[in-house]
Amino acid sequence: MTAFGKLIRTTAFRLTLVYLFLFALFAASLLGYFAWNTRRLITEQITTTVNAETSTISDIFGRRGLRGLIATIENRALRPGANLYLVTTPAGQAIAGNVGSLAPGVMATTGWSETAYRRLDEQDTADHHALVLVTELSSGFRLLIGRDLEERRRLFGIVAKAAQWSVLIVVVLGLGGGIFVARRVLHRIDAMTGTTQRIMAGDLSGRLPVGRSGDELDRLAENLNAMLERIEALMMGLKEVSDNIAHDLKTPLTRLRNRAEEALAKSATEAEYRTALERTIEESDSLIRTFNALLMIARAESGQARGNMDNFDAADVANGIHELYEPLAEDGGMTLHVRTESTQLHGNRELINQALANLVENAIKYGKPVPTAPPPGAGAVGTVDQKEILIEARRDGDRVLLSVTDHGPGIPVADRKHAVERFVRLEASRTQPGSGLGLSLASAVATLHGGDLKLDDAHPGLIATLTLPALSGASDGLAAQTHDVPQKAA
Amino acid sequence: MTATDTQMRLLIIEDDRDSADYLVKAFREVGYVADLAGDGEEGLALAASGDYDVLVVDRMLPKRDGLSLIGTLREKGNRTPVLILSALGQVDDRIKGLRAGGDDYLPKPYSFAELLARVEVLSRRRGGPAEETTYRVGDLELDRLSHRVARGKDELTLQPREFRLLEYLMKHAGQVVTRTMLLENVWDYHFDPQTNVIDVHISRLRSKIDKGFERPLLHTIRGAGYMIRDGIR
Repeated sequence: MTAFGKLIRTTAFRLTLVYLFLFALFAASLLGYFAWNTRRLITEQITTTVNAETSTISDIFGRRGLRGLIATIENRALRPGANLYLVTTPAGQAIAGNVGSLAPGVMATTGWSETAYRRLDEQDTADHHALVLVTELSSGFRLLIGRDLEERRRLFGIVAKAAQWSVLIVVVLGLGGGIFVARRVLHRIDAMTGTTQRIMAGDLSGRLPVGRSGDELDRLAENLNAMLERIEALMMGLKEVSDNIAHDLKTPLTRLRNRAEEALAKSATEAEYRTALERTIEESDSLIRTFNALLMIARAESGQARGNMDNFDAADVANGIHELYEPLAEDGGMTLHVRTESTQLHGNRELINQALANLVENAIKYGKPVPTAPPPGAGAVGTVDQKEILIEARRDGDRVLLSVTDHGPGIPVADRKHAVERFVRLEASRTQPGSGLGLSLASAVATLHGGDLKLDDAHPGLIATLTLPALSGASDGLAAQTHDVPQKAA
Repeated sequence: MTATDTQMRLLIIEDDRDSADYLVKAFREVGYVADLAGDGEEGLALAASGDYDVLVVDRMLPKRDGLSLIGTLREKGNRTPVLILSALGQVDDRIKGLRAGGDDYLPKPYSFAELLARVEVLSRRRGGPAEETTYRVGDLELDRLSHRVARGKDELTLQPREFRLLEYLMKHAGQVVTRTMLLENVWDYHFDPQTNVIDVHISRLRSKIDKGFERPLLHTIRGAGYMIRDGIR
């Protein structure tokens, strides 16, 4: 596309053309109205003057007769810039006035008419136009009084010329302005396009130029820059994650390979081979679990799981997970309790189950009370069962809170944000089995549902809370019922 | 089907040659008659012939997609149990697979023990003793209607979930039942716990049904799962 072609295709230029047409139309109609009104005004003025003069002269004719009339006419006709005068006999013969010739038949009818005429004293053959009034005087004499229309024609000419010029000026200015604006816009758009092309080519640090005028293009550029900022952050995150994946999957893969190699080199008996192979399978199973967790997180983060949502009761989720993990907690020397309020939730049930299960598994693994000497003189400290893990489901306004509270060492404030990241395993947990993805998944699930995962201090211990939006309009009577299951039934 | 005591016939529809050959070999070793189809069209033609006990269908196949294959079979009235294998292990994909007419769904990579356990359960489903009201294994008796469980002369008190766990195990008595199968069928959870949560439930159940009795009935099958059976086969 040529530069000019590009220019005339811009929105700015097209808009200019539209405005140009509108302004030209406006100028033309304004001038048209002016011309028409002026013409009407002039005609009105002529008729008033001619009417007045006709009645004066008729008067003179009535009082002083034909001679008085002729004398008056001759007198008036000689004045410079005079009106047209003509008096004819009943036979149609001109007897006084300054009119040399008229269009035929003008004198035959009385009343107003426009006619071509020539003055008596004029030598040229050019016809002039006049507006004339023919009146019948008594005894068949006819009187014509008229006024030349040259003035009106000249004025009309001036207006027409003004119209031509103004339209021309509007067009020239408009086109010039349009091209100027279009070029300016085009220039800025070209700059933006250039930047975006550089960004697309891989340089994510590029930003669009933002002017100081704060106009719509600047706002657009600002928004695009904010978007680029976000994309860059996401890309960085992605890179970080793939680095982490590479690291955290390569380590067990290396271990796996080393074991196989070692078994091949050293094993002598079938039992040794068997043990080595079993450990290999265990190791690969844990790798598969890590992969699954990663895929699950990716899926939750990408929002794909939104297609599979339904309505269910948060209390059922909490009770189900409690039921599943209660024996495990007990085996670990802890007690798992649940306290639920019936409250409806809209979401992906399996993901929420998994998220809550992860929090409970974490609490069982890491929430064991720290053995400390009881503070001196604090006999009442025993009211909190340090070995208790509490699963809670409750409604808080338009949100549903699913929380797991333990009374273990907790997570220091500084580490809390960090703990949610993928593959992060805080120092205390390095010795425990696990992928380091449990909290990440819980957090991703919360985000998918438009909520979040919060880690707080339980004094002592950790409260991990999944905040999820409640099903709107579901604050039914059931919500008031509180099921408190403080102890296992058996 | 009266074929429960004869050899089980299995059709494996899988396009990856290596895994297909491995499966055929592994199933033949445990006594199955296993046939192989390398693409969707061939698989459909073979499956439609009808005399298989179980179909193992890969989700992504050349020529005809696994789900479409199952859909076509079901439309024709073929009710052969189908186990779907898929590299897409996510919840939604499982639901899609089951909706398309699959009976079970196993994400790749899977262990052969898991696959075998599931295929066994599916193959016994046809005409098996599944719908009896009382299950018996040795001197252990479970009444599904009155929810009574007794071993010999002793009445056992089980929690509702323990009852369902035992019910599932006894329904598939003599078959290996994996931890995942228990989590899916007894608890209806489809995630992968990072802990041995199922083992704890099993050991509680075991302490109720086997403790104090001479012959244990609930066995741990190493590397696979659990099985309830009387004596050693």
